[in-house]
Amino acid sequence: MKMERRLYTHIDWLTIICWLFIAIFGWLNIYSSVYADDGVSIFSLATKSGNQFLWIMIGVVAAISLLFMISPKFYFSITWWLYIATVVLLVTVLFVGKEINGAKAWLSIGSFSLQPSEISKITTSLALAVTMGTYDFRFSNRACLIKVLFVVLLPVALIAFEPDMGTILVYCSLCFMFYREGMTGWLILFALLGILLFVVTLKFSPLVAILVLIGLLGLLYSLFTNTPMGTFLLITAFVVLVAFLPGLYDAEGMKFLSMMTPELWVIILTVPFIISLIWRGLGKKKRFRIYFAIVYVISVAMIFSVQKIFDDVLQSHHRDRIENLLGITQDLKGAGYNVHQSEIAIGSGGFDGKGFLQGTQTKFNFVPEQSTDFIFCTIGEEWGFLGSILVLAAYLTIILKLISSAERQRDSRYRIYGYCVACILFTHVFVNIGMTIGIMPVVGIPLPFISYGGSSFLSFTIMLFIYLRLDLERWR
Amino acid sequence: MDFGSDNNKKMMLVAGTVLAFLLLVGRLSYLQLINTELKLSADNNAFRYETLYPPRGQIFDRNGRLIVSNKNAFDIMVTPADVKEFDTLELCRMLDLDTSFVYSEFRRFRKYRRRIGFQTIPFARHLSAERYSLFMESQQKFQGFTGTPRTERIYEYNAGGNLLGYVTEVDEKYIKRHPEYRPGDYVGRTGIEEACERELRGKKGCKIFLRDAMNVIKAPYRNGECDTAAVPGINVITTIDAELQNYVENLMKNKVGSVVAIEPSTGEILTMVSSPGIDVSVLGDIGKHYRQLNADPFKPLFNRAVASTQPPGSVFKLVNGLIALEEEVVTPETKFPCSNGYHVGDLTVGCHSHPSPIDLRQSVMMSCNAYYCALFRRILDNPKYPSVDSSFTAWRDYVGSFGFGSKLGSDFPAEKASRVPTAEYYDKMYSGRWNSVSCISLSIGQGEMGCTPLHLANLASIIANRGYYYIPHIIRNHPDPEEDARFAEKHFCAVDSRHFEPIIDGMWKAVNAEPGAGGTARSAHVNGLDICGKTGTAENPHGDTHAVFICFAPKEHPVIAVAVYLENAGFGGTWAAPVASLAVEKYINGDIDRTPAREVLENRILNADLLYKNPASDKFVKSKNAK
Repeated sequence: MKMERRLYTHIDWLTIICWLFIAIFGWLNIYSSVYADDGVSIFSLATKSGNQFLWIMIGVVAAISLLFMISPKFYFSITWWLYIATVVLLVTVLFVGKEINGAKAWLSIGSFSLQPSEISKITTSLALAVTMGTYDFRFSNRACLIKVLFVVLLPVALIAFEPDMGTILVYCSLCFMFYREGMTGWLILFALLGILLFVVTLKFSPLVAILVLIGLLGLLYSLFTNTPMGTFLLITAFVVLVAFLPGLYDAEGMKFLSMMTPELWVIILTVPFIISLIWRGLGKKKRFRIYFAIVYVISVAMIFSVQKIFDDVLQSHHRDRIENLLGITQDLKGAGYNVHQSEIAIGSGGFDGKGFLQGTQTKFNFVPEQSTDFIFCTIGEEWGFLGSILVLAAYLTIILKLISSAERQRDSRYRIYGYCVACILFTHVFVNIGMTIGIMPVVGIPLPFISYGGSSFLSFTIMLFIYLRLDLERWR
Repeated sequence: MDFGSDNNKKMMLVAGTVLAFLLLVGRLSYLQLINTELKLSADNNAFRYETLYPPRGQIFDRNGRLIVSNKNAFDIMVTPADVKEFDTLELCRMLDLDTSFVYSEFRRFRKYRRRIGFQTIPFARHLSAERYSLFMESQQKFQGFTGTPRTERIYEYNAGGNLLGYVTEVDEKYIKRHPEYRPGDYVGRTGIEEACERELRGKKGCKIFLRDAMNVIKAPYRNGECDTAAVPGINVITTIDAELQNYVENLMKNKVGSVVAIEPSTGEILTMVSSPGIDVSVLGDIGKHYRQLNADPFKPLFNRAVASTQPPGSVFKLVNGLIALEEEVVTPETKFPCSNGYHVGDLTVGCHSHPSPIDLRQSVMMSCNAYYCALFRRILDNPKYPSVDSSFTAWRDYVGSFGFGSKLGSDFPAEKASRVPTAEYYDKMYSGRWNSVSCISLSIGQGEMGCTPLHLANLASIIANRGYYYIPHIIRNHPDPEEDARFAEKHFCAVDSRHFEPIIDGMWKAVNAEPGAGGTARSAHVNGLDICGKTGTAENPHGDTHAVFICFAPKEHPVIAVAVYLENAGFGGTWAAPVASLAVEKYINGDIDRTPAREVLENRILNADLLYKNPASDKFVKSKNAK
């Protein structure tokens, strides 16, 4: 008992203060976003602000109980039961769920609505910690890999049926944790390359994407071999120059060139290089050359299928949102309305904002979903750059604190769970705020601790405080 | 990446997180600190501005008579962003509009929806109070349409549309040049309305309401704290004599040309008539008539009094005579012969029959061409100057001191400059080989020079003052003290005042000499008024000669100086001089003397229709007098 008491002197107060600040600041902004000048109290349970206050109170109680009443051993002893229960909930929601905004993501129990996918983030994190935290876990071990993939992909698959793209995106961010736990970083880099090429292809053209691809791969190649940079530059310059040749030729003998699309022309040009790359890569210790060739071929294939993926795989509202983000179309009344109004709200805040309850954009409902997904508009408009930076700083503190303390855990399960929490929080913050300021497509995920809603507030709080309790164990 | 330890991986992740947050901060600082457009967008979203239009200032004449005042009218405004479906036919019936007009307007709103945004712009103008109340009764059926009281101009005197100017809604071109105006504002164009726009327009007021995303008006912004009331425009007192203006407008009916009268002792413009002009009956709603006015062959929109530069003809002899006296190349007693013209080499400048030789006074009275050719050559061949270049430049400087060769700088808009050739001009034209004969036409105000009727009236005013003038102006006590000082400043011409007496004698004789003595302007004679005048008959390639006359009265302590320019009318003495004399008599005596001679003259002028003599007329036939 004495031991326990000593533990609690190490509670991470900085994180708790940041959490409390964000929660209360968020609550004030929810009040502001529903404020209607009619004298209704901020505590009134008839309003969202009153409800949110109730949730914060419950959250505080939950936080205290998690910190002081539940032993870490308990979580890991019931992890799999929790995981199975979550999967059952995720299946249930597909049948009896309430459909909101095109996703069957909500379970209604009386007047209380619950989003199983919110809970699944916690239980999946715990399950991953248990799976990967064993002494002999290796990604190179096929059995381990399959187990991990199963743990992650089962809830992802169920959520994809809802469908809830936002939460899937959050799950994707777990790869940062995998990266920390031994997954190769090339995969992340390759994924980033894929996103870049996708965006470039849509925004510009396949030709530009291919040229970018050649440039990036060439740069990496010359960095990782002894090939002098000059050679790489020469080759790139040659390819870029020749790429524009077909347009220049008008001579009779060159007609066949101008019939060809420039993309095809460039590909044909690069074939000899690729073949030589593979040929030379056949020798020992030179396998990476083949990887380059493979990445190149896969990327080119992807570039040519981007339009098809975009048109056939994505849903139309996703297409609209991406096109709006990339500035391909500008539809300020339709798909682009939210983001446009949101940018207006945030931009009009200026340096120090319009003041509490003074935001005209939020007060008069120009931005939809202001109290939930677009709550950051209220902050940006009424508290300006200062307020926004303060909120960002608080989030950054929590996330960096999570990473640094996770690194110090002796039990790798705690570390893995900590990284999971960090990844999930980071993705929520970055994607949500990024969408309100127009650098991310509109994805409906809440801003942690701020967005209105008990289900989201409580699950984030529980997720965070489970870790804070686990963190105490390293002082034992 | 695989290169590196766990710690390295942690650092990569931390770096990535910080980088991502910096990206957010960067975008936030762009939106919140750099971009200013978004703030405006937010205001446009939430604020609904209702403009309160002030009544325009009234315009008075020099004697306090009201020339231009206001009456109430109503405009229907529309906020295209707020318009809901409505019954087009009913709206058309109520506002007396054409359905095609409504359709084309809404097509325009659609085309410019970005630029219009949430702005409220005029839809139908100048509604009577009855129509307006009819509209107000069923206003709720037409969302987005509102009515706003405006004022419409009414004209108490026929003071001429070109003098008064008109008021129209600003167009896009105008807004581009004057960003302080907004669509829907009215602005004075041309004439006094433009000259005094800053005073007359007043200050718009504004009511600000807050509205929500559903476009429902929530409340007055800060309980109306930021609302401003409209400030009515300032009344303007002009230098115009309304009675005289009205009278001369009538005299000038059916004639092409202009009349300018100035009070010499102040430079105040008493009358400025351009004919054919814009009738005040269409001035109030000029938008409806603009196309028709613009297509009129007589160009009523063109203010001839300040913008038509024409050769001055013989009245310019006065200037040359004065210069010759100042340069001492002639004395009032110098005589030149005239044998029906001036002959040098193969060049002949014709003249009419009159006694010969004559002195300076008689030359003014009889308007002898030969006299001024000889005199002009003496000026240019003056041995005082080394070359004709320098003597010509000296002559041009003299002419410039009379206000010719440039703008006078009056406060009346659209004033054109007078044109006087330079020595370089002749150098170029004759490749450097020219002499006093080359530009001999200038001696009698013909050839390469031109000036506006305003310049001629100013010349009359200079002679009346014996050597100085005030810049002619139309506003009394200009509100801008700098401008006011500019108009109070005496401008002396380069000729000494003692040289004016012989010239004025000649002008007096031209009007008041006994019949048969050869006075060219006998028709301008009025008993007891001592009018001094000089006729001019300006040749032009288009048709009959222009009739020109400048005069002032009385001879001592003159109170009015007049210039009359009638295009293609014929002789100056036949047409221009009577108009001027009637104007002078009206101004000094208040009315025309009811003697048979004056009544006949007045009726002849009032009833004369000289339009057919103008090349713009469809009845135009080249007269035999034309050369």
